[in-house]
Amino acid sequence: MVFDRLINFFTSLRLTVVCLALGILLVFLGTLAQVDLGLYKAQNEYFRSFLVFWGPKTASWKIPILPGGYLVGGVLLINLVASHIMRFKLSRSKVGIWLIHSGLILLLLGQLGTDMLSRESSLHLREGEAKNYSEADRQAELAVMDITDPDTDKVVAIPQGLLMRKNEIRQAELPFTVRVKKFFANSIVEDRPAGATDPAPASEGLGPRAVVKELPRVTEMDRRDVPSAVVEIQAPDRSLGTWLVSEYIEKPQQFTYNNRTYKLQMRPRRYYSPFTIKLLEFTHDVYAGTDIPKNFSSRVQLQRPDTSENREVKIYMNNPLRYAGETYYQASFDRDDHGTILQVVHNPSWLTPYFSCIVVGAGLVVQFMTHLLGFSFKRKTA
Amino acid sequence: MNKSLKLLPWFFVALFGIEIVAVMMPKKDGEFHVRDFGRLPVLLNGRIQPLDSIARNALLQIRSTGDVPLEEVPSWKFWHHPKKLKSSEWLLELMARPEAADTRPIFLIHHAELLGELKLEDKGVAKSALRYYTFEQLKPVLKTISEQSQKAGEIKAEDQTTFQKQVSKLANAVMLYQRLKVTLQPEGVDDFRQELEDFLKALPAAQMAAKASEGDKQFNREAIERIAQPLQDFEMMSKFAYPLVVPPLAPQAGRDQWQNAGNSLLESARTGQIHPAVNSFAAMMAAYRQEKPDEFNRALDGYKTWLEPSFGKEILKGRAEFYYNDIKAFLHATIIYIFAFILAGAAVLSLNVTPSLSESLRRSAFYLVILAGVVHTFGLVFRMVLEGRPPVTNLYSSAIFIGWGTMVLGLIIERIYRVGIGSLVASFAGFLTLLIAYNLALGGDTMEMLRAVLDTNFWLATHVVVITLGYASTFFAGLLAILYIFLGVFTPNLSHKLSPVPDVQTKSNKKSAAPARPLPQVDLGKALSKMVYGVICFATLFSFVGTVLGGIWADQSWGRFWGWDPKENGALLIVLWNALILHARWGGLVRDRGIMNLAVFGNIVTSFSWFGVNMLNIGLHSYGFMDAAFMWLMVFVGSQVGIILLGLLPLNVWRSFRPPKTSPSAAPGAKSRSPQPAIS
Repeated sequence: MVFDRLINFFTSLRLTVVCLALGILLVFLGTLAQVDLGLYKAQNEYFRSFLVFWGPKTASWKIPILPGGYLVGGVLLINLVASHIMRFKLSRSKVGIWLIHSGLILLLLGQLGTDMLSRESSLHLREGEAKNYSEADRQAELAVMDITDPDTDKVVAIPQGLLMRKNEIRQAELPFTVRVKKFFANSIVEDRPAGATDPAPASEGLGPRAVVKELPRVTEMDRRDVPSAVVEIQAPDRSLGTWLVSEYIEKPQQFTYNNRTYKLQMRPRRYYSPFTIKLLEFTHDVYAGTDIPKNFSSRVQLQRPDTSENREVKIYMNNPLRYAGETYYQASFDRDDHGTILQVVHNPSWLTPYFSCIVVGAGLVVQFMTHLLGFSFKRKTA
Repeated sequence: MNKSLKLLPWFFVALFGIEIVAVMMPKKDGEFHVRDFGRLPVLLNGRIQPLDSIARNALLQIRSTGDVPLEEVPSWKFWHHPKKLKSSEWLLELMARPEAADTRPIFLIHHAELLGELKLEDKGVAKSALRYYTFEQLKPVLKTISEQSQKAGEIKAEDQTTFQKQVSKLANAVMLYQRLKVTLQPEGVDDFRQELEDFLKALPAAQMAAKASEGDKQFNREAIERIAQPLQDFEMMSKFAYPLVVPPLAPQAGRDQWQNAGNSLLESARTGQIHPAVNSFAAMMAAYRQEKPDEFNRALDGYKTWLEPSFGKEILKGRAEFYYNDIKAFLHATIIYIFAFILAGAAVLSLNVTPSLSESLRRSAFYLVILAGVVHTFGLVFRMVLEGRPPVTNLYSSAIFIGWGTMVLGLIIERIYRVGIGSLVASFAGFLTLLIAYNLALGGDTMEMLRAVLDTNFWLATHVVVITLGYASTFFAGLLAILYIFLGVFTPNLSHKLSPVPDVQTKSNKKSAAPARPLPQVDLGKALSKMVYGVICFATLFSFVGTVLGGIWADQSWGRFWGWDPKENGALLIVLWNALILHARWGGLVRDRGIMNLAVFGNIVTSFSWFGVNMLNIGLHSYGFMDAAFMWLMVFVGSQVGIILLGLLPLNVWRSFRPPKTSPSAAPGAKSRSPQPAIS
């Protein structure tokens, strides 16, 4: 009985309509919210969530007011699949509906896949520069580098997610543990004024000479947080002191332990690839007599030692480079026109919208055409 | 049918057809070949365009009209065509006789606070509650304008007040005006050709003197001073002259290396050679100033002959765009749409009362929509050819294309249902969208070059066209629904029985009046509901495919299929809304009237994605240029809500569904009405 009712609930067209209406409300409010919250935050609160919470700005409590994107999309998906299993029979007259709905399922699953699996980073290259890694847009890492060996550095990178938990981090490669004492997701680091009496953020490196202030996290799509942390290096026998690390401090801070030299640096998280990309030339064309951009393009050299692949590629607007599961897009450039910024996207399900568009489009055409032809046929015979 | 009623449609077609032909015929030039002058190609905004386009777009920005009327005619005397200074003529006057141009009331200022600040309330010319000022009148307050606009410029556009936006707009207009003035010659020069000759003569001595001065030798100070003034003028022109009027001498090295006259003259100071274009323009200026038409025309022809061999393509572009500007296809289409709308409205309203008159009016409207559609299409295609682009490249062209799409849909519906409804909606949408387009054109050049990411004809032709058709069809369904509600509430026409076979169209119309088999009669209300359903199906197809194609484009250009940005969300809203209507119908949650109300709400959804999202980043608290548009959007939304409320009235107060005895105006044809509410 309960099961039947559940089936009825999940296969009803009423549920479809309610979900669509909630979806419309959600998209509308989520769009308006971007004015205040910025795209990134609004997206997380409204679309990449199960519930949308609301509370007065000053109050500390929040109540759920609307189902979020995951909930609406999820119920719609269940509704769709359940209806097809329980109600629809595969018949000639229903081919269109089947195509439309299976295309939609593919689209929704594909987007879920994108949400879970895709990774965005960027690659900044000056002309002549080559890199085999890209940098995350919104993630930092703490790199602990053993530079004792003049030929190769040994690097242990601690991702932001671990730093945020303020734990002790022990790694087999390191003879000491890194204890995160403070972490600021967004911050500013300034010089410590001469006669300051409040305690310095850290005891070693730049720590005694700096002040770190926490800032609210940025909401704009085109800016990033500047994370900082205070870490203590704890050797088995004693503490080596505390360091202030921050993306603000570009130069790595150095220390020695057991005759080995280490460097500490907070930097954008890096994703390494088995090939390097070298920028040969960046061009920025404008329309004659104006500064309206006509095209941006980066001529790059792709080198891969393990397959001895070595070729030149041109990346420009609407023409990305797809290679080894990564896609490189022309995203931005340096003011002086001699450097490029490529957006690097790793998205295994990037093809699903292409298929889904074809399938749903075909389904819609089939469905409405059978309808329309039937309709005008009736008129003709009338 | 009465013979005169049969001829009426053809009379209307002939009337407007003749007007269109007259507009399209080549026109004669006056004493001065100003039209020919207006055709000359120059480069601005990264594209070759005729001088006339420069003039027209500048006037649109300064005066909000394309021409300058020379006499004041009250607007109710619409048959009286006031004498006008055409755009090219105005530009020529501004450049050659600036002192005359300065007395033309062309600066439109309507912000009361700004007028107060500039102490201009009692000056200027008032027309239809708008005030126009001459440059002469603005001269004493130029400093205030520039100071105020500088102050406004320090504030972010989102946070500017209306006053600040208006003062910036006025400052831009003044700047544009002054820059155009010095396009071909410095202001206050009587005979520029003569001045250039004198300059060339004085140049060698000055060059020698300048060389001598470097080596501490004695030098002829006077020789240098003789060219000091012209050099200063050239310097000023090089900084401010607006369009690039001087074509490159070596086009094979780079066709788009055009210069402004000032830069070319500064080069002349080094080479001792004056560019033929500059010489010709100087001669034209001098001749126009001294009122010597023959000399003007000779200089103009001379320049054209010089251009011909290497700049054939540019000349052709100038001529074509001049023609496009001149015929004003969209204006004429608008006028015909208005007439068609009136006729179609009369046809629909008289459906029950005077069927034969109604049919004649309906046909007149149908033919006029076709005629307007032809003119509309001509303008649209002409524009596409000029730009070398698919139909939609910016907001302006999207308005034109949405109008075009609804026009085509309306004609199809009219062809099927022959009751005037298709024509009514087509003409209304055509008129409205072209009016919106006209207002969008006030921002300046509507054929601006496309920024890098948009510079792809493939995606413009697929995604943009499909999504715009999605907008058009959603609007179309909404307009049909509005018609349903109005006809239903205020007239008995929804229950009007349609002839099962369109008898008036077939040749044997007498016979088919008595069909062989008994057929179910469809009333207008049911037919409208079918139309709306069919159109929403198409709207769903177009908006879904268009939206997904947009996502794919985004994936191609920056690797993100879906980014939840406002424009994408707007498109998604339309898809979801259409899907909701369809599912609500299939689920039996709504019937005819419910679908109509939902379809009217679709208008709000569509207008939000078309315009509303563009206003988002301006912020809801700000006022200014866009808030005129914002206000209209709100008016539109309000009107749609009003119509939905009307549609929610209980059916027994709808005139179409009232029992016949309570109907006060029972026309003879009323017996065909169904006694029971046909729709619940």
